[in-house]
Amino acid sequence: MASMMKHLGGACIALLSLTAAGAAIAAHGAPDDPFPATYRPAASASLAIVGATVLTGTGAEIADATLLIADGKIEAVGAMLPVPEGYARVDGRGKWVTPGIIDAHSHLGVYASPATPSHEDGNGAVAPNTAEVWAEHSVWPQDPKFRLARAGGVTSLMILPGSANLFGGRSVTLKNVPSVTTQGMKFPGAPYGLKIACGENPKRVYGSKGRSPATRMGNVAGYRKAWIDAADYLRRQDRWEAGGKVGDPPKRDLQLETLAGVLRGEILVQNHCYRADEMAVMIDVAREFGFSIRAFHHANEAYKIAPLLAKEDICVATWANSWGAKMESLDGIEENAPMIDAAGGCAIIHSDDGLLIQRLNQEAGIAMTAANHAGLPVSRGEAIRWITANPAKAMGIADKVGTLEPGKMADVVLWSANPFSVYALADRVWVDGVIQWDRSDPRYQGPSDFVVGQPGQGFAR
Amino acid sequence: MIRLLAAAFALAAVPAAAETVAITGGRVVTMGPMGEIERGTVVIRGGRIVAVGADIAVPADAQTIDATGRIVTPGLVAAGTALGLVEVRAVETTDDRGTDAGDLSAAFDAGYGLNPDSLLIPVARLGGITRAITTPAYKDRSDRELLFAGQAAAVVLDGGAMLMKRGVAMVLDMGDAGAERAGGARAAELVALRALFAEVRDYRMRRAAYDRGETRDYTLSRVDMEALIPVVEGRMPLLVTVNRAADIRDALALAREERLKLILESASEGWRVAGEIAAAGVPVLLTPVENTPASFEMLGATLTNAARLAAAGVTIAIEGNGSHREREMRYNAGNAAANGLDRTAALAAITINPARIFGLADRIGSLEAGKEGDVVIWDGDPLDTLSRPATVLIRGVAAPMTSRATELRDRYLPAVRHPANGETP
Repeated sequence: MASMMKHLGGACIALLSLTAAGAAIAAHGAPDDPFPATYRPAASASLAIVGATVLTGTGAEIADATLLIADGKIEAVGAMLPVPEGYARVDGRGKWVTPGIIDAHSHLGVYASPATPSHEDGNGAVAPNTAEVWAEHSVWPQDPKFRLARAGGVTSLMILPGSANLFGGRSVTLKNVPSVTTQGMKFPGAPYGLKIACGENPKRVYGSKGRSPATRMGNVAGYRKAWIDAADYLRRQDRWEAGGKVGDPPKRDLQLETLAGVLRGEILVQNHCYRADEMAVMIDVAREFGFSIRAFHHANEAYKIAPLLAKEDICVATWANSWGAKMESLDGIEENAPMIDAAGGCAIIHSDDGLLIQRLNQEAGIAMTAANHAGLPVSRGEAIRWITANPAKAMGIADKVGTLEPGKMADVVLWSANPFSVYALADRVWVDGVIQWDRSDPRYQGPSDFVVGQPGQGFAR
Repeated sequence: MIRLLAAAFALAAVPAAAETVAITGGRVVTMGPMGEIERGTVVIRGGRIVAVGADIAVPADAQTIDATGRIVTPGLVAAGTALGLVEVRAVETTDDRGTDAGDLSAAFDAGYGLNPDSLLIPVARLGGITRAITTPAYKDRSDRELLFAGQAAAVVLDGGAMLMKRGVAMVLDMGDAGAERAGGARAAELVALRALFAEVRDYRMRRAAYDRGETRDYTLSRVDMEALIPVVEGRMPLLVTVNRAADIRDALALAREERLKLILESASEGWRVAGEIAAAGVPVLLTPVENTPASFEMLGATLTNAARLAAAGVTIAIEGNGSHREREMRYNAGNAAANGLDRTAALAAITINPARIFGLADRIGSLEAGKEGDVVIWDGDPLDTLSRPATVLIRGVAAPMTSRATELRDRYLPAVRHPANGETP
């Protein structure tokens, strides 16, 4: 195993050791990682992108910068850096560089194209609590949209189950690299998320079946019942461990295992929730059961409670443009993300859509421009964080990606123009220092298997 | 404070009623024969453009809007919208886009029931949209066998009575959706359509006999057949949503054989038959960002569709992203430009082209003397995410640069700026 770990570009070593045993048994009786990531970046040459304007993802904008990449990691970034010998030079003059775009809310692969019933794998609308399902078991890596998102600069994305259920199941975080298996896309070491849904969707889905939840109060009762069961499950596990693991362990329960993972702080709550008042209730539910919510998603009304969300350190993943499809989204505004930002919170622009995921940079540009017009100044350096560093934080991978700080994975986009502009195209995209998209080189534009032999397969986008 | 000053300035600088207005100093992109004027003047009197040019004297009584450093364009014309017909899509009482009444199909008229107070209208207007084609949508139920969604209407978005022109197109789905509605096969729809058009022609010759009950039974109701007469006479265009290249060919053949005036909508694989579409003189409405193979009829979808159609000589109009998201139309045009469409052609695709396609170019779509005074002054490139309209005039009257969304924003901004003492309202 040790010899295998060499020459893997230095990545994933921690994960490899974790998964080396195949299914290491954690202290609490469940296998730690039964579906381990097999993604290993190929070896890559050292690289210097020279002369571009760099948005680092830490808030800075550096003109005429040099970005050095070595062993698949960011080595250095700054103005006037000398390029060490042996580094391949990429001419970035007149271009822009950002961290790889990260989408904190995607259904790629679980709602694959073409949209046939065979590909509807994201919403198990059969019970209000399906915490036992894992999105990665639905992901079709041949969804042609993965490549389209790559052409839009997206290097990491969190795939979530849908919002029909109170508890939709586990999310999975992927690196946006071509792969035949989902394990080959899994982001090494990324934590799992749990999709929870507020509001209209669960109550509509189950109310129309004549069962609970049929109301918002029914939704909340459903969450609390589940957390009571989860707390009980956790206590039984802990008791067995504290008692020296004598006798049979308590029987595993996939549903409660995921909820208990949240209570242990290992699984991050990703909460679909539109209205300000419902978010406030969810914060109380979390407090009642001793867990924290990592991010509210969609959250069209987050701006109404921006200071509260900042204080609670809960990220807000939202749009600039989407509003009004249903009552709970009627109060959506373009400036939602910048207002979260201005209150000191963690603002994210997400897609939830196979078209928008290709243009998250533009959506952030729309929000930034709207904010500047509303007298809420936002710099480009700050706004890029909405689609890089902040989603990384919400997904629990901020120590690995989201900024161009030395030591982080070299997930990088070279843009043809100011990335917030409608005219900006991703010229090249690197994942872990490996080129995965090149707008002018068909070798890095390979379509998914589904598109092979179909009309338009030769088109990059 | 800056924002307040800006608001006060805007109030002082823009006309509140139909008076004489002169927009001076801006780069005027006329979308008409005059092309672009580097430092041009547009004069509007009584709601109509009376002069456009580089050396135009500003009338003494004119209220002047200084557009120096800005870009002046015609108001944008949004095709394929639901503006005025829908408020919240999930609330049925606020959705008037279609009917599931079994005996009303072609006669359904989107020119009725329009709501000028719709919250969607100011939002669209803040995206520079001043006119729209409001288009009916199918409201299917399982036993519905309906071929036509109904008739589209041209509307104005100044907050007053909306209807500008009724019956600008007859809306029909072909391809997957049309086939499903016709019983599950494309051939079924194509045969049924030909039979229906024959019936309408027959009915047209025998109206009196029909009223006496002396004709054979027709498939459609009287109102539906009446509504289809202008279609079979080639006066009202048939607006066909269709995507697959083969289906586009079928639509072109149908129009040729039945001597119909055709508009194609969506046309994901239009680039594959662009020469044939151009040769037929058929215009295309499309959403160029729809590049995913979302269905088996869209396998060839690509961001380069708009550029390829235009290069082949097809007149294209670019659409927004549906009811609440029409304001994204200009970004869609910008994305088409980023993917090969000439920038002026992209602007034409959201101004003069939709006006031409729907027979409105004598009134709107360009900055020319005699046209209605719809003008947008932009603080930058109208197609870019980095710019916004500074002023929107409709028939020479400045529209408020606010919406319910900006009012909500302003309600909560103080608490965000000063969280310490910020009481939320």
